[in-house]
Amino acid sequence: MAEILLGMRNITKTFPGVKALDNVNLEVERGEIHALVGENGAGKSTLMNVLSGIYPYGTYEGDIVYEGEVCRFTNIKDSEKKGIVIIHQELALIPEMTIGENMYLGNERGKKFAIDWNTTYAEADKYLKMVGLTESSKVQVKTIGTGKQQLVEIAKALAKQARLLILDEPTSSLNEEDSRALLDLMLEFKKQGMTMIIITHKLNEVAYVADKITVIRDGTTIETLENHGPEPISEERIIKGMVGREMTNRFPKRENVKIGDVMMEVEHWTVHHPLYPERKVVDDVSINVRKGEVVGIYGLMGAGRTELAMSIFGQSYGVNFSGKLKIDGKEVKMKKSEADAIKHKIAYVTEDRKGNGLVLSQSIKVNTSLANLGSVSNHMVIDKDREYGVAEEYREKLKIKTPSVEQLVGNLSGGNQQKVLLAKWMFAEPDILILDEPTRGIDVGAKYEIYCIINDLAAAGKSVIMISSELPEVLGMSDRICIMNASKMIGEMKAEDATQEKIMAAILQAGRGA
Amino acid sequence: MKANSVGAFFKKYTMVLALVAVAVFFSITTQGKILYPQNLNNLISQNGYVFVLAAGMLLCILTGGNIDLAVGSVVCFAGAIGAVMMQAGISMWLAVLAMLAVGLAIGAFQGYWIAWVRVPPFIATLAGMYAFRGLSNVVLQGYTVSIDNQTFLKVFGGGADCYVPDFLGGEMNMTCMAAGIAVTAIYLAITIRKAAVQKRMGIHQSSAANILQPAVICVLILWATWKLAQYKGIPTVLIWVSLVLLAYNYITTNTAIGRYLYAVGGNEKATALSGVNTNRVYFFAYANMGLLAGLAGILTVARASSAQPTYGQGYEMDAIASCFIGGASAYGGTGKISGVIIGAILMGVINQGMSIMGIETNYQRVVKGIVLLVAVMFDVLSKREKR
Repeated sequence: MAEILLGMRNITKTFPGVKALDNVNLEVERGEIHALVGENGAGKSTLMNVLSGIYPYGTYEGDIVYEGEVCRFTNIKDSEKKGIVIIHQELALIPEMTIGENMYLGNERGKKFAIDWNTTYAEADKYLKMVGLTESSKVQVKTIGTGKQQLVEIAKALAKQARLLILDEPTSSLNEEDSRALLDLMLEFKKQGMTMIIITHKLNEVAYVADKITVIRDGTTIETLENHGPEPISEERIIKGMVGREMTNRFPKRENVKIGDVMMEVEHWTVHHPLYPERKVVDDVSINVRKGEVVGIYGLMGAGRTELAMSIFGQSYGVNFSGKLKIDGKEVKMKKSEADAIKHKIAYVTEDRKGNGLVLSQSIKVNTSLANLGSVSNHMVIDKDREYGVAEEYREKLKIKTPSVEQLVGNLSGGNQQKVLLAKWMFAEPDILILDEPTRGIDVGAKYEIYCIINDLAAAGKSVIMISSELPEVLGMSDRICIMNASKMIGEMKAEDATQEKIMAAILQAGRGA
Repeated sequence: MKANSVGAFFKKYTMVLALVAVAVFFSITTQGKILYPQNLNNLISQNGYVFVLAAGMLLCILTGGNIDLAVGSVVCFAGAIGAVMMQAGISMWLAVLAMLAVGLAIGAFQGYWIAWVRVPPFIATLAGMYAFRGLSNVVLQGYTVSIDNQTFLKVFGGGADCYVPDFLGGEMNMTCMAAGIAVTAIYLAITIRKAAVQKRMGIHQSSAANILQPAVICVLILWATWKLAQYKGIPTVLIWVSLVLLAYNYITTNTAIGRYLYAVGGNEKATALSGVNTNRVYFFAYANMGLLAGLAGILTVARASSAQPTYGQGYEMDAIASCFIGGASAYGGTGKISGVIIGAILMGVINQGMSIMGIETNYQRVVKGIVLLVAVMFDVLSKREKR
């Protein structure tokens, strides 16, 4: 059983000026699920890029030994020929094409100038069944949800005769239910003898599926942990390896909690889908938040949380709005304008920082001032020195790690980008902050810092609504927790009464009732 | 570390170095003729319209690599209207206002479709390109309309031979020299003041580049004015070009609307969610382009002292090429007026160098095409290196 399928030995990869990998060793046994964990920028993705030939042989030092022989991949095709298939974090499917077309893109069935569509779709259907999808391979990818798209990616990998499957953050865009289904599918594949490497930030998933866990920190392998015992390995133990210290508390203590009057109140809020106006994406939702309070909104993906948040923020999502919005006790007639929302001191910090949040081609300074450029300008003329001062102030306050605020945001790590996004909205001087998945895809250390910032905001009397798909985060950070499911608000509980079980039970019950 | 900073220097000044190389090449092949005062003078007066149009085009390109194809036709149409008005004996200033207003109105018209209806800019302006070329013909009834209003020609650099009068006299044109010295002094004062403010605020600055760049610019201004002073002095069109370039440099770097142009080109959704009305940003870029096309129309008909239905053909391409050669990204979000100046000069030098060498116009076009391709390729490759 203990046959080594893959050994990466003393891998060193240098980029101009930085050593991204320094003598990294990784051994994967045939038929196991091996988890690769580490903070952002630790070198996990670089290592996988070396393995899959994206960084070709010769650009790194060390050996890749696969099935007993030393491999020298010069591109992805080489490694795929050997059955090493990588599924990247960002889904690489073309929405307008059918599932079948996507699965065999670059790997077409039939002859070069005459694609055999019958074989294509027949084979595609076969692999779809293997991953538990009932859809026909002839439907367009854009018509199925993200969870299913992730499964299509896996089916695509299987179609390439994968023997070593590498999944890079496969659940980062999935809800808990879909995530669990995906992990169970991985366990099923393992029974059939597939070998898998999973890269993830979600440590509960690691504990659930992985047989072995290799921890990488600052470009070197720290340790490889076994996860065979009757008790799953504790998350604290993994975190210790990742950050090099024991994280006694994953959530910082809230100090001087002073919850004041109701700041914002939303009543009977209903929003319709922009493309299918007959569909309600937010259905008769009422929610309020007080000064100095953190309200968590938990729900599965597609529950309508982001839609609720964006529709409150200047109706930036949806059509046919109805309901009442009160700020500081007064009803506000909101227009369809983000600028209007900002004027009413609302900020919406998006979940999609690259797509909707930041201008990656611009500097930290430019991004920080973007939502409130007026306050650093006189009559439309920017006072550049004042702007620089503001950016510098937030860089220090939020501990953004960068040599200068002139640095382009695109060059920063995920955690630092998230901080820039927060800086931008804090500088807009809102009273109400809606944070949508504020810690998605960032490492443990940066998460802790973001939590501290949220606590500081609340302590300063701001009202915070935090949307999150991570139950421990919602439980650890909120004063009050609202639960959404299928466009409706189905429950609300005080943080001290809430438990993971209670919340999940509420969702299950609502699902059954519907 | 040393090698790194040399690399960064090359990356930052690729096009400046290319310009120097091209200038050296032509001064060898033309036995230094290209550096004659008269040729330098021609370089400016022949390419005045390129600078003006490229400044406007840059704003469009910043919003996401969007271009305005109608520019050449608008130049012709606005010029035609002005020429016809002046021939009919209408006041010259009214004609000038009308030309600018026509440009602005066309720009606003196209901008409306692009910004609010979201017609792709390529299509909207292609439509304008056809329509206003046709309308120019209608206005001119297919003929050449000549302009003999002397004030108009003098103010806008007319007759291809029009200069700021020399008040001071002397062997060479002392007014020109004095203007050059004054501009250098003002530039230096602004630079030093800026550096002082930055120092006070503790903003880090790399000293070598901060001294070298202003020094080179000062030398260039003095050299150019000295050359021009040996000929007939400051071409009138240079005044207009300088005003436009200064104004648009200020707009792109120091104003909120300038900032929004970059932001929209970098990430439109994020900009909209930051409370910026992105439709207005697009509208501004295209309406402004129309206004500058009107101004370029004025300069064009003034230079030729007439309006013809064929004027302005291919002007849009010259403006677009200058922007891309000058380092504007074809995806939007990056690009500077200083780059556009370099791009336009580079194109002008190549044109002129080849003309002096006696190379046929058809081959000149081939070379222009190659230069554009190579310049953008350089840009793409130097950016890819980073990864």
